[in-house]
Amino acid sequence: MSAKVLLEGRDISLGFRGVKALRHVSFEVREGELLSIIGPNGAGKTSLLNCISGRYRPSEGELFFDSRPIGSLPTAARARLGIARTFQNLALFAHMTVLDNIMVGRHHLLKTGFLRGGLYWLGGAQREEIEHRRRVEEIIDLLEIEHIRHAVAGTLSYGLRKRVELARALAIEPRLLLLDEPMAGMNLEEKEDIARYIMEVNDEWGVTVVMIEHDMGVVMDLSDRVIVLNYGEKIADGTPQEIAESAEVRAAYLGSADAAA
Amino acid sequence: MALATARPCGDFRTSYAADKTIFPTRGSLIAALVGILALLALPLVLDRYGLSLLIYIGIYGIGALGLNLLTGCTGQISLGHAAFFGFGAFGSTWLSNKFGVPVALAIPLAGLMTTVVGIVVGLPAARIKGLYLAIATLAAQYILEDFFARAEWFSGGAAGAHARPYELFGFRLAGESAYFYVVLAHLVVLYVFATNLLRTRDGRAFVAVRDHYLSAEVMGIDLTRYKVLAFGISTFYAAVAGALMAHYVGFVSSESINILLSIQFFAMIIIGGMGSVMGSLMGAAFMVLMPEGLELAVHALRSTSWGDIPQIVNGLAFAKEAAVGLAIVLFLIFEPQGLAHRWRLVKAYWKLYPFAH
Ligand SMILES: Nc1ncnc2c1ncn2[C@@H]1O[C@H](COP(=O)(O)OP(=O)(O)O)[C@@H](O)[C@H]1O
Ligand SMILES: [Mg+2]
Repeated sequence: MSAKVLLEGRDISLGFRGVKALRHVSFEVREGELLSIIGPNGAGKTSLLNCISGRYRPSEGELFFDSRPIGSLPTAARARLGIARTFQNLALFAHMTVLDNIMVGRHHLLKTGFLRGGLYWLGGAQREEIEHRRRVEEIIDLLEIEHIRHAVAGTLSYGLRKRVELARALAIEPRLLLLDEPMAGMNLEEKEDIARYIMEVNDEWGVTVVMIEHDMGVVMDLSDRVIVLNYGEKIADGTPQEIAESAEVRAAYLGSADAAA
Repeated sequence: MALATARPCGDFRTSYAADKTIFPTRGSLIAALVGILALLALPLVLDRYGLSLLIYIGIYGIGALGLNLLTGCTGQISLGHAAFFGFGAFGSTWLSNKFGVPVALAIPLAGLMTTVVGIVVGLPAARIKGLYLAIATLAAQYILEDFFARAEWFSGGAAGAHARPYELFGFRLAGESAYFYVVLAHLVVLYVFATNLLRTRDGRAFVAVRDHYLSAEVMGIDLTRYKVLAFGISTFYAAVAGALMAHYVGFVSSESINILLSIQFFAMIIIGGMGSVMGSLMGAAFMVLMPEGLELAVHALRSTSWGDIPQIVNGLAFAKEAAVGLAIVLFLIFEPQGLAHRWRLVKAYWKLYPFAH
């Protein structure tokens, strides 16, 4: 584990009118790593992801992506650097087709503005669309959603929508992929599928992944490293093995929750 | 004909280009070409009255499409659309009267001028949503109305402005049959442009901003930029429509540019279908033809024995006035997705014919 650090959080704190969602959290994510964040509900996991993606501004601390500070960059600019994410609650473009949803992920990679877009055949927009469509089809193949590519996103089942959201995030060509409970509410079979996709993206495509997940079996199987949050504080950070054996984690989290798995 | 435009079962598209085409089958392309040829031949068969209705439909259709790009596609309400329509109308007459700009050029130039105004309105508007945006655009409507009434140098003030007839390379294209082609050309170009826009990067960004702005941001879309861009493009369409109207009617008065017209544009996109390009034209057609249809009905009734009963005749005349409001309410209740959606259902029915249930 000597790969270079891709993302670093230094002393991150975040408060909402009295509620301290994050308290002095520091962490590192190394290139190519799959890092899981666990912790009870309300521990601040989603808040931490929001700080990384730019939705929330930490009240203290600084974030570094690829060694440069990103704390003052707006959300959209962070996406252009290659930070992609999925949401805990579904957040697709409900009236667009699956294909269009995924193509939106290519936004920062496409060059044609509205004028060339409107002229379509004349300004090169058609050529560009087709070029990018190839890559989008690879993502569609990986996630096995060929059969729904023309379906309107809002009409799909919960499990499929989660998959499309993952596809859309991958279309950004992220260097860092943030996943907020990608398997929540899924049955065993669907979970296995998603776990397989995440592993493939991490192993084969070399995308660094930070994942919030409650299913301890999945976390222990997939993660290179695990961070544990409790009441906004980082209480542990280590390999799955170390986390499973940590007394503090057991007391704060595993002991109280259904940690049998 | 309908059968030919539907994609038969088993017709798989084998290239990405084919998958993205506006015309999914050879049949639909042929239908479109035949349709355009038929439109081109219309001045040979229709009288001036019929043509004037089509001209109005085309002009309002362009304006409605502009509003639809802003409201239907990007999710930003505007009650100031008529003001931009008016700015285009006055702008084009001003450019052609004061500076001798040829009308054919003055129309798109007025469109660009108005786009600047639209962006100025859109910049603060990008920070507010929903009802607040509705009120802000209403304020823009009143400010511009006031400007039209006072700025004599620009609009002729209370007296209004005379507009020159359309001229292209020294040829005068006035009168219904000639002007029909002028409007048709603008209509086709602007409708094809919007259709293309919506299937490429920036058009998808508009819809993304509407459907889920948080996700849109996470996808690298700059919300302010796209909200303002939508205002700009929308006002360009409104202004070209207004300019076309000015040079058709030959006169623009500040009184005709009122909030009622803004609401009528709104009605067009509700009736035609929010976010639908062709729906904008259907909505415009509905709004132009409905009062004419009611007028015909009143007329026909007058000549029957019922025509002597003043309550009925007056009632119908009143219904004509109220019909716009009534149509909006009925569409919101029974056909909230608009005429375009109904049309898609009809097409889908024919596609499966004779196996539809
Ligand atoms: N937008 C917000 N406004 C107010 N409080 C918030 C907001 N987002 C999160 N919180 C609070 O911050 C704490 C952490 O929430 P969250 O990050 O969603 O936890 P987790 O994802 O670990 O379940 C909770 O107490 C929550 O109520
Ligand atoms: Mg959460």
